[in-house]
Amino acid sequence: MEQFFVFLLVIMMLLGGLAAMLLKDLLAATAATSVVSLSLTAIFVLMRAPDVAMTEAVVGAGLSALILALGLRRLGIWQLDMPVKSRQKKAGDQ
Amino acid sequence: MLPEVPAMLLAGAVGLVVIGLGGLVLSRNLYRLLLALAIAEAGANLLLILAGFDSYAVAPIVTDFSTSALPAMVDPVPQAMVLTAIVIGVGVQALALAMIIRIKQAYGTLDMAELKSKMEADLDKSLVMPGAALIKAERESDNG
Amino acid sequence: MQQFFSMLFLIGLLFLLSILTGLLPFATPPMLIGQAIQQQAVDATGAANLVTSVVLGYRGIDTLGELSILFAASAAGGLVLGKTVRAKKAASENTGFILQAGTDLLFPLLLVAGLYIVLHGHLTPGGGFQGGVLLATAFFLPVLVRPGTSVSHKLLIVIEGLAGASFIAIGLLALYQGGEFLQPFLDKGLTGQLLSAGTLPLLYLAVGLKVGAELAGLLANLSTEQDGENDHVA
Repeated sequence: MEQFFVFLLVIMMLLGGLAAMLLKDLLAATAATSVVSLSLTAIFVLMRAPDVAMTEAVVGAGLSALILALGLRRLGIWQLDMPVKSRQKKAGDQ
Repeated sequence: MLPEVPAMLLAGAVGLVVIGLGGLVLSRNLYRLLLALAIAEAGANLLLILAGFDSYAVAPIVTDFSTSALPAMVDPVPQAMVLTAIVIGVGVQALALAMIIRIKQAYGTLDMAELKSKMEADLDKSLVMPGAALIKAERESDNG
Repeated sequence: MQQFFSMLFLIGLLFLLSILTGLLPFATPPMLIGQAIQQQAVDATGAANLVTSVVLGYRGIDTLGELSILFAASAAGGLVLGKTVRAKKAASENTGFILQAGTDLLFPLLLVAGLYIVLHGHLTPGGGFQGGVLLATAFFLPVLVRPGTSVSHKLLIVIEGLAGASFIAIGLLALYQGGEFLQPFLDKGLTGQLLSAGTLPLLYLAVGLKVGAELAGLLANLSTEQDGENDHVA
């Protein structure tokens, strides 16, 4: 049973990492990095490390994603009230 | 039918490190470099925790204070090291993001090729002796 | 062409890392220091959480180094971003009633959760860093939800300085009492109670307050936009 969960989590982690590198939209890539942190938290719980899991949850999926999203806003790549058409045109770099 | 848990986790950790390093080497946008750094750090932390993992042990927290014989526990020293490493990782990411914001303010772009040419032009303008680009331009104007 | 050679490099790196780490003994690790710590930590420090006793007791200097790295990163980030000459007035960003009311309701809950995690670091999984980040989030959310409000950086700097100084002062007090720097020295008490494990909860309280104040200041620095920045977007 534990093998099945670990297998699912490892697949989710690797696919999230690949998506963060290959997606064109930078906001989506930041969300994929957050998915990697989330699955890493669940793996840490299953590996008998609750302290590390709590740290990774708070810092990786919370603080790091918040810092990256604030940076995106300050870089001008993502605004709070951007209309949808210009958002698709703007976030085009890779 | 599924492989063993330590083997799967090892494959996941090594895969994350390689994906992160590949992103560092192959990315053209500066922001994606930062994301690749975050992913590589996550993989390295997983590899550290894997060093102290035992399937038949429990978490290193004492819950039963009546007996003095402790159950078999996982190694607490790599977990303390990874605690430090995760917090330091987020500090490094915050500083890198501050530098990326300043680069965007100064040069207006985040593409690595454009940044390289703009920075080389800046360096050539500020040197006292003519830099490599100026010498090459002079030689081409002499030849042509 | 360059992409092909980069792919070749990555495949070679994958092969190398798999061979190197595959030969290490994973399911039955040789825990030399770990076993000694497991047998002695509860009696020596009085903390029920062995990871806390390692972070603050056996490797206290490493925690001090981590605090200074966080301080350096936050100070350098503030230095690189520069002084906010005139913060941009958020003209049209009204985040709505739900977000504002939800944040007002969440603020005391986040404070309580953060302080609980910080103070119970030696009994349950948790500690100064996790609770400190929760405290930083609690003080940063009102700034995010109501654009235009600013945190008072002076208060944050004072809290951070006092917390860091008290961490070092507790360590020096241990030196004064005849032990080594940062050796836990107060009465150990009954393992499992809140007031136990000597100076370990006090050290974690200092760490939590320092990390919380530092990260709140860093987030506030990152989120205030300068006047005239990003005017060309949308």
